[in-house]
Amino acid sequence: MSTPVPSPPPVQLLTPDGRRTDHADYAFAGDDESIRALYRDLVLVRRIDTEGTALQRHGELGLWAPCLGQEAAQVGSGRALSSQDFAFPTYREHGVAWCRGIDPVKLLGLFRGVELGGWDPEAERFGLYSIVIGAQTLHAVGYAMGIGLEGAVGHGVPDRDEAVLAYFGDGATSQGDVNEAFIWAASFQAPVVFFCQNNQWAISVPLERQTKVPLAQRAQGFGFPGVRVDGNDVLAVHAVTTEALRRARAGEGPMFVEAVTYRMGAHTTSDDPSRYRDPAQTEEWRQRDPLARVEAYLRSTGTAESFFADLEHEAEQLGEHLRAACKALPEPDLADLFDLVHHETTPELAAQREEYRAYRAGFETEGVAR
Amino acid sequence: MSATAAPTRGSIAKAINAGLRAAMERDDKVLVMGEDVGALGGVFRVTDGLQKDFGEGRVIDTPLGESGILGSAIGLGMRGFRPVVEIQFDGFVYPAYDQIVSQVAKLYHRSAGRVKVPMVIRIPFGGGIGAVEHHSESPEAQFVMTAGLKVVSCASPHDAYWMIQQAIASDDPIVFMEPKRRYWETGEIGDAADPLHVSRIVRPGSSATLLTYGPMVRTCLDAALAAEADGLDLEVIDLRTLSPLDLGPVLESVRRTGRAVVVHEASRTLGLGAEIAARVQEECFYSLEAPVLRVTGYDLPYPPSRAEEEFLPDLDRVLEAVDRSLAF
Ligand SMILES: Cc1ncc(C[n+]2csc(CCOP(=O)(O)OP(=O)(O)O)c2C)c(N)n1
Ligand SMILES: [Mg+2]
Repeated sequence: MSTPVPSPPPVQLLTPDGRRTDHADYAFAGDDESIRALYRDLVLVRRIDTEGTALQRHGELGLWAPCLGQEAAQVGSGRALSSQDFAFPTYREHGVAWCRGIDPVKLLGLFRGVELGGWDPEAERFGLYSIVIGAQTLHAVGYAMGIGLEGAVGHGVPDRDEAVLAYFGDGATSQGDVNEAFIWAASFQAPVVFFCQNNQWAISVPLERQTKVPLAQRAQGFGFPGVRVDGNDVLAVHAVTTEALRRARAGEGPMFVEAVTYRMGAHTTSDDPSRYRDPAQTEEWRQRDPLARVEAYLRSTGTAESFFADLEHEAEQLGEHLRAACKALPEPDLADLFDLVHHETTPELAAQREEYRAYRAGFETEGVAR
Repeated sequence: MSATAAPTRGSIAKAINAGLRAAMERDDKVLVMGEDVGALGGVFRVTDGLQKDFGEGRVIDTPLGESGILGSAIGLGMRGFRPVVEIQFDGFVYPAYDQIVSQVAKLYHRSAGRVKVPMVIRIPFGGGIGAVEHHSESPEAQFVMTAGLKVVSCASPHDAYWMIQQAIASDDPIVFMEPKRRYWETGEIGDAADPLHVSRIVRPGSSATLLTYGPMVRTCLDAALAAEADGLDLEVIDLRTLSPLDLGPVLESVRRTGRAVVVHEASRTLGLGAEIAARVQEECFYSLEAPVLRVTGYDLPYPPSRAEEEFLPDLDRVLEAVDRSLAF
C-alpha cells in the first residue's frame, strides 16, 4: 500500500539529538526550568509505564497497555492543559493522567481488575479511561458544546475560558463515532482539540490501512485546521497543543493535532508484535526517543548532574511505592456492585444482592466449599 | 490448492481455524474479514496462517470500525461472496449493532427472499479470562431476540470444526458465538457432524437436566461429575443452537427427569433461561417436579475481573440450584 499524498513535515522544536530549532508558527514559551519540569514528567511517566509492564509480568495486573515511546506526546499535551480544561483519554493515556494529578495507583487498579472507573472525572477534569475505540471523542465534543452553551469561551480571561482535549489513536480515526465527533465539533464550533497520537499501529494494523492521506489533512475536509507535530518532541507538542487550546478557549473552534509518534512496546502485554512488524522499524524510532533528546539538551546547556541523580532517585522511589501500593489494593466485593448500577436502585437488584449474600453466607456457615 | 486433511484432535481455536480453512478451500467466495485477522491471526489466533495461505484478498484486515466491517460484508454478500467477519471481542459488537439488527437481519425478509446475506458473524464471548472491561460480555440474547438472525454456539473442538463450516454453508446470516475461555481446551474431532440446528445430550442422566451452551457446557459437565459423589445422575444438554432453539431433546429430557436448571453467563433478566423456562413450563407442565431454575450472571454490568469468579456461574452455584430443585 502506498500513501500518495506527501506528508508535511511535523512541527519540531527539539531535534532528536537535542538541539533547539525554530518554527515559523510555533515556539515553546518556557525556560530551561520548565524544560526540566517536563523532563521530570517524562522520566516519571516512563517509570510508571515500565512498572505497569513489570507488574503484569509478575501476575499483579491482568493487563497493561504501555505508553512507551509516547511520553512526549502525552506530557507535552497534558501540560498544555489549564486546570479548568477537561481531557478525555483512551486507555493508554498514563502520561496525561499523571499531568492531571491522577494517582498512578488508580491506573494500576484498572488493569489489575479491582475497579472499572477509578476517579471522579469532574473533580479531576479527566474523563474515565475509555476502551471502546473512539466513543470518548463524542463525549468530548458534547462537553465542549456545553462549555459553549454556558458561554465559558471567548472572554480572553486565562483562567475562565475552558477547552476540551480529546485523545484517540490513528486506528480510531476510522471509527464512525470519531468522524461524527469531527462533524459535530465543526458544526457547533465546539471548543475541543482533537489530539491524535498516531503511533503508526492499531494493534497489528498499520497506518496505511486507515488512511491514504496524512491524518491531520483530514481536518480540512471537516472544516477546521489540522497540524502535524513531532510527537516525540515534548516542546513542540506543548507549543502546538497550547496554541490549539488557546484557539478553542478563544471561541475559534476545534482543531486537530496529529502527534506523529511510535508505539515502542507491544499493543498490550497480551500482544506479540514480532508477528506483524519489522524490528528495524522499532529500532529506527528508538533513535527518536522522546526522553533522550531532552536529556541531551539539558546536559548540553548546563543542567547539573545532581538534577539527574535526584530524578533517578525519585523514579526509584515512585517505582517502589507503586509495587507496594498495587499489591495492597483492596479486592472488589461483588456485593457492593449491586447498589451502583443505578442512582436509584431497584427492588430487583436489591433482591439479587441479598440472594448473592445469602448464597455466600451459606458457604461461610458450612465452612466448606464443595 | 489441495485440500488440507481434516484434523482428528485439537483445541477449539485450532478447530475453528481448520474449519475456516476447509470452507475457504472448498469455496473461493468465502472471505475472512475483521480487525487484526491477517498477519496477527486474530487476537486469539483463530485465523492464524490463513492470510499467508489465502492472500490479502481473502483474509482482509479491515480499518478499525465494526459498522464498516458489517456493512461492507453485506455488500460483499450481495455481490456473491460469503464473508466470515470477526468481531474482536463481544463488547465491541455494538458499533455494528445497527448493521446487524436493522440490515443483516432484515434484508432477506424485505426483499421477499431476493437478497441473501450468507454471512457468519464470529464473536468470542463470555468471561473468565481476567480481562479488562468490554472483553467478557455475553450479548447472545440480544441477537436471539432479533427476528431474522440465527445464533449458534459451539462448546467442543468437534462442534467448533463442523459448526463453523455449516454456518458458512448456510445461506442465512448466522451469529457464531465462540466460548473464548475454552479456546484452548482440546478434544477429539470426529468425522460425523450433527446438523447445525440441533441440541444434544452430552451426558445422559436421570436426576435432573442441566440446560446450557458455550462456555458453561464444561462447567455443567464438571458439576455432573462432582454430583456423582452425592449419588446424583445429572443429564447435561448442550443447546448448540440458540436461535432457532431445538426444544425436542430438551422437552424429552425434562419429561424424564422432571427437573431443569438452565445455566448461562449472561445476565438473568431475559437471558436464554427466561425463554427456555417459559417453553418448558408450557410444554411439560405436568412432568415438572420443580420450577425451572436459572443459574446466570447477575443483572450487573460485567464486574472488574477480580470479582468475576463471584459473578460467573460455577460448579458450586450449579449444584446449589440442583439441590434446590431436588428439595422442591
Ligand atoms: C470498538 C472497539 N473495537 C475494537 C477494539 C479492540 N482494540 C483495542 S485497541 C485497538 C487498536 C486501537 O488503535 P489506535 O486507535 O491506533 O490506538 P493505539 O492502541 O495504537 O493507542 C483495537 C482494535 C476496541 N477496544 N473497541
Ligand atoms: Mg495507534
